[in-house]
Amino acid sequence: MAWTKKVMRVNLTEGTISEEPLNMEWANQYLGQRGLATRYLVEEIDPKCDPLGPENKMIMTTGPLTGTMASTGGRYSVVTKGPLTGAIACSNSGGFMGNEIKNAGWDMIIFEGKSPKPVYLYVENEKAELLPADDLWGKSVWEADEMIHKKHQDPLIRIAVVGRAAETGCLYAGIINDLHRAAGRSGVGTVMASKNLKAVAVRGTRGVGNIKDPAAFIKATNEGKKVLSENAVTGEGLPALGTQVLMNVINEVGAMPTRNMRDVQFEGSSRISGEAMKEPRPGDGRPNLTTNAACFGCTIACGRISTIDQGHFTVENKPEYWGASGGLEYEAAWALGSDCGVDDLDALTYANFLCNEDGYDPISFGSTLAAAMEMYEMGVITKEHTHGVDFSFGSAEALAKAAEWVSKGEGFGKDLALGSKRLCEKYGHPELSMTVKGLEFPAYDPRGIQGMGLAYATSNRGACHLRGYTVASEILGIPEKTDPLVTEGKADLVKAFQDATAAVDSTGLCVFTTFAWTLEDISPQVDAACEGDWSVEKMLEVGERIWNMERDFNMAAGLTGKDDYLPKRLLKDAAKTGPATGKVNNLGEMLPRYYEVRGWTTDGVPTRETRERLGLNPDGIGV
Amino acid sequence: MKLTVKLYATLSHYLPGDATEHAVTVDVEPDATPFSVIDRFKVPRESAHLVLVNGVYVAPSDRESPVLKEGDTLAVWPPVAGG
Repeated sequence: MAWTKKVMRVNLTEGTISEEPLNMEWANQYLGQRGLATRYLVEEIDPKCDPLGPENKMIMTTGPLTGTMASTGGRYSVVTKGPLTGAIACSNSGGFMGNEIKNAGWDMIIFEGKSPKPVYLYVENEKAELLPADDLWGKSVWEADEMIHKKHQDPLIRIAVVGRAAETGCLYAGIINDLHRAAGRSGVGTVMASKNLKAVAVRGTRGVGNIKDPAAFIKATNEGKKVLSENAVTGEGLPALGTQVLMNVINEVGAMPTRNMRDVQFEGSSRISGEAMKEPRPGDGRPNLTTNAACFGCTIACGRISTIDQGHFTVENKPEYWGASGGLEYEAAWALGSDCGVDDLDALTYANFLCNEDGYDPISFGSTLAAAMEMYEMGVITKEHTHGVDFSFGSAEALAKAAEWVSKGEGFGKDLALGSKRLCEKYGHPELSMTVKGLEFPAYDPRGIQGMGLAYATSNRGACHLRGYTVASEILGIPEKTDPLVTEGKADLVKAFQDATAAVDSTGLCVFTTFAWTLEDISPQVDAACEGDWSVEKMLEVGERIWNMERDFNMAAGLTGKDDYLPKRLLKDAAKTGPATGKVNNLGEMLPRYYEVRGWTTDGVPTRETRERLGLNPDGIGV
Repeated sequence: MKLTVKLYATLSHYLPGDATEHAVTVDVEPDATPFSVIDRFKVPRESAHLVLVNGVYVAPSDRESPVLKEGDTLAVWPPVAGG
């Protein structure tokens, strides 16, 4: 349904739950999900608050197309202040949770305060209650999910839950729904656990409603599905090979971050690629990939479901890991694989299973482990720290052990749970942390894809590919091919991607649709569903407004233009192989132009004129 | 001249059975072009969306030009994307 116009507010300190109308003036300005929830957060918290203190709030939010018949319309986001970065955090997940929240009649759920004891929220349409979770605390995501389903005797409940990693303070813990879909980045699960909130369990049966023009909506969504099915990427490539199809592409173009970003190509990439996942393995003659899978309403089905060889060292005598479960996406495969120098596909899959089982971000985990491996090879971290395990790059055993320790918050896993920035600072080598604003890099080396360097440096939640994916243009030719090795034109390109993505992230749709759709395809679907005018121009304006509001939140939290940086390694140490040989990222050539096209000062602050043009407070947030 | 040819994703099945890690070495005429090599593997030209020589993108307008040299690696994908 489009907006239900209902917000649930859960005060965990007091144990109270109340209902309030959605602020429709804001909905008209920020649409939903990422944009609208950020507007609420900006209004309700002090940007300088402790992310893990009771004064921070956490919002689970749907978009107006969540739960509708629009393809991929099952997304929800978690918006809060992030513990890794101290900046705005917004993490988006698929599966079936968003749809269920919407079908229960809610646009968003705002959690505030901190419960004195572990609890979980149970929602059945308009009925909502906080229930004791003492028995769930200390359990993994998978255990807690099963216990809640049994307790309510309802297999159709959808559950979002934090695991032991979040409970033990891992700063990059996510929230897992449907066992292996994740609001994975930025430590939103850590915030949830800090509130003693173990899970959110929802059953919604109210169905779809509030569509402005049902006939136009059916027409627009059907046309959108036709575009997705006829497009070679969304109709053929993604269902067949998933996001992992990128492993060989990015390695070939010399932008594969390898061994803590010391190198830009990984000799083992083909052995951990999407293609490799489909090939029979030597051990049991079966492929790693069992099947593909789709989230609610999705007509792409890029998800991977994998099975590990029962004879593999990671799962020998552990039948609990012999079944099929959430397999490797490209980002996980890169971080656990090439960034750690590990080319053992089943070992990567095992670590990925553990990330799902106990709820933490495989990107941040892999990148943090890679930094630890580099310090191990330098002799800074020794076997004294790693319980006797060889932590050299390439060690599948180290990967498996590290994941087991982080899952339970044990031993050296406590150090790895700090994230790369704090780990490297603790061991005296902050320069080895491959992070921006405290968030670990994803899978594209900006020496080989110049625009991504600017996208990372300016991303409001830290080094993230999902805030402005210029890889689409620079490497894949979507919508038009640009040269990845030049900086010219990239400031404008990054801004365009950032604004459009902010709008898409506020609809309830999946950003992967944009490999086939443009806003020309999305806007008619939103416009048919929602009150008001939702033209392409309006969507772009909303996207730009959201981007600047997030920026203003970060400014008020204490960040400045100096936080728009890249690690020195990427600015000083040239790529050694591939097409980018001899190149560093030339951020300095792009950043001034970016500030200019954004309408910001030379210090990176939105000007009064820009804020006024976008309907934001001319003085910024908290002023 | 000798080239390494790599066909990925849904183009993998155009490779001969002796391909290793999606790559084969072939002997081609000195004036071979990306498209003439792609034709040799019976890959439909319209499926050759991403064409790289030594990792560098070859624009469609250059795919019938003799841009290849001894020892080059030609890698080809259909339209792909991920994230």
